[in-house]
Amino acid sequence: MSTDLKEALFATTLRLGDTSLVLGHRLSEWCGHAPELEEDIALTNVALDLVGHARMLLTYAGELEGKGRDEDRLAYRRDVFDYRNHLLVEQPNRDFGHTIVRQFLHDAWAVELYGRLCASTDATLAGIAAKAVKEVRYHVRHSGDWLVRLGDGTDVSHAKVADALGRLWPYTGEMFERDEAEQALVAAGIIPDPAELKAAWTARVEAVLEEATLDRPADGWMQKGGRRGEHSEHLGYLLAEMQFLPRAYPDATW
Amino acid sequence: MYTQGLDAKTDQGAQPSPRLVTDDEIRLQGRFQARVDAEEKIEPRDWMPEGYRRTLVRQISQHAHSEIVGMLPEGNWVTRAPTLRRKVALLAKVQDEGGHGLYLYSAAETLGVSRDELVGQLLSGKAKYSSIFNYPTPTWADIGAIGWLVDGAAIMNQVPLCRCSYGPYARAMVRICREESFHQRQGYELMLALAQGTPEQKRMAQDALNRWWWPSLMMFGPSDDQSAHSAQNMAWKIKRFSNDELRQRFVDATVPQAEFLGLTIPDPELRLNAETGHYEFGAIDWTEFNEILKGNGPCNRERIEARRQAWDDGAWVRDAASAHAAKRKQRALKKAG
Repeated sequence: MSTDLKEALFATTLRLGDTSLVLGHRLSEWCGHAPELEEDIALTNVALDLVGHARMLLTYAGELEGKGRDEDRLAYRRDVFDYRNHLLVEQPNRDFGHTIVRQFLHDAWAVELYGRLCASTDATLAGIAAKAVKEVRYHVRHSGDWLVRLGDGTDVSHAKVADALGRLWPYTGEMFERDEAEQALVAAGIIPDPAELKAAWTARVEAVLEEATLDRPADGWMQKGGRRGEHSEHLGYLLAEMQFLPRAYPDATW
Repeated sequence: MYTQGLDAKTDQGAQPSPRLVTDDEIRLQGRFQARVDAEEKIEPRDWMPEGYRRTLVRQISQHAHSEIVGMLPEGNWVTRAPTLRRKVALLAKVQDEGGHGLYLYSAAETLGVSRDELVGQLLSGKAKYSSIFNYPTPTWADIGAIGWLVDGAAIMNQVPLCRCSYGPYARAMVRICREESFHQRQGYELMLALAQGTPEQKRMAQDALNRWWWPSLMMFGPSDDQSAHSAQNMAWKIKRFSNDELRQRFVDATVPQAEFLGLTIPDPELRLNAETGHYEFGAIDWTEFNEILKGNGPCNRERIEARRQAWDDGAWVRDAASAHAAKRKQRALKKAG
């Protein structure tokens, strides 16, 4: 693999790892506080899967980078501007409806992405995707089912998820961005073509929104920057909490 | 035996109204006790004395509540776990506890109470849960100490329950104990990492042991001479060993583990009795225990408030799920009709 391609693959793997980690962290904030016991267990389960994916992806990113950074070094010792996750996943939980909408918009992307990554010409990425896609299929069913229940539930629940959908929709454009380096990865068959991904995501999202009796928001201005390290104010607090111990005791091993 | 069904929805804590004991009932009681004595399992449809049923509902639901409330002090560190491996382990542990809560509530439901009823009692403050969860978890070492000591004490209490005379409870406990002993080892391994770490980490570990030691001993309940339910529960084989016996076993098992960690148990009177082979330990401060039972522990209010808030905040979600289920049913009926 050429140096350029390797660097591009590092950047892509880091983006995927950070996105999984930040979303897993957000979900873990629900632990013990969900609307019902079954949901406490389900949200924790999804959080576990996502942090598991992040571990594989960050470990691989560290190997590609070749500077000796392992999963924890990457997770716990980078500041906001070095994080590469989508802005969508760092948005706060707010309420269960927001959490579900955020989750579904992400899951619908992740299931299409990992499904295609299974056929990646990069064997490691393909291996990670093969494991992740099984779990992500369950995630998208879980969040999609809840979106339908909440959208087609009561007036209150409908209004809440409609509001969340409007608020979070502008963060979905970022999932389908690609830069020149990624174009090279697409050409090498390492990652799927974002345009194809977007078509599949749109079809999936529209079908569930229809069943949920929710209107698809118009594609207006899209918020971007997470992939380049330009984040919202929310990420700093998340990292401050997550990274507290390794930062406070830099010499310790745990 | 029909009184069983009639009493099912009444207040589990209330005394049954006095009534005549019939010959039939005396015969049933005798047969019941003979089955228990023969180590046969009692199953949900079998006749059982009302007191037996009430005791089990109380004990199983308290146990379920403890699992659910117990998710909070540990959940407190999920977002701050210091490595991704620790984060995953802690998430999985808290998830296990939610699972334990679920199947314990299910075991209680086989005795004719509903989960909603039991959860209602927890939220109203009427039902008890293990007092240990009214202590705070201010540092990361508390996660290790809870796994090592609190789960360790819970296992001592719970392993004998795998042989409890009531089948559904005994079977639930088999699975729970397997998971708890994994948690206990995980907690000990966490403490070991701290004890072998930097001076600050070791200090953190010692501080947690100082705070959790005595509350862990209190988890076994009052001394045998003070314990209200012991004799009857032993006869019913709900309880197999006395509080003091179990406490002694815990101390005997745990002191060498603390020594291996290089940590000091905060009891100046602790010493090995060479003759008995058991550790003797200082007197437990039952005033603190009783105050926490009364609601005066450091976190009693926070714990129940957190449960209530989760329940209240989730009301619109549960309403939506019911409304949606009703809509689906109606649509299916319309389609069929």
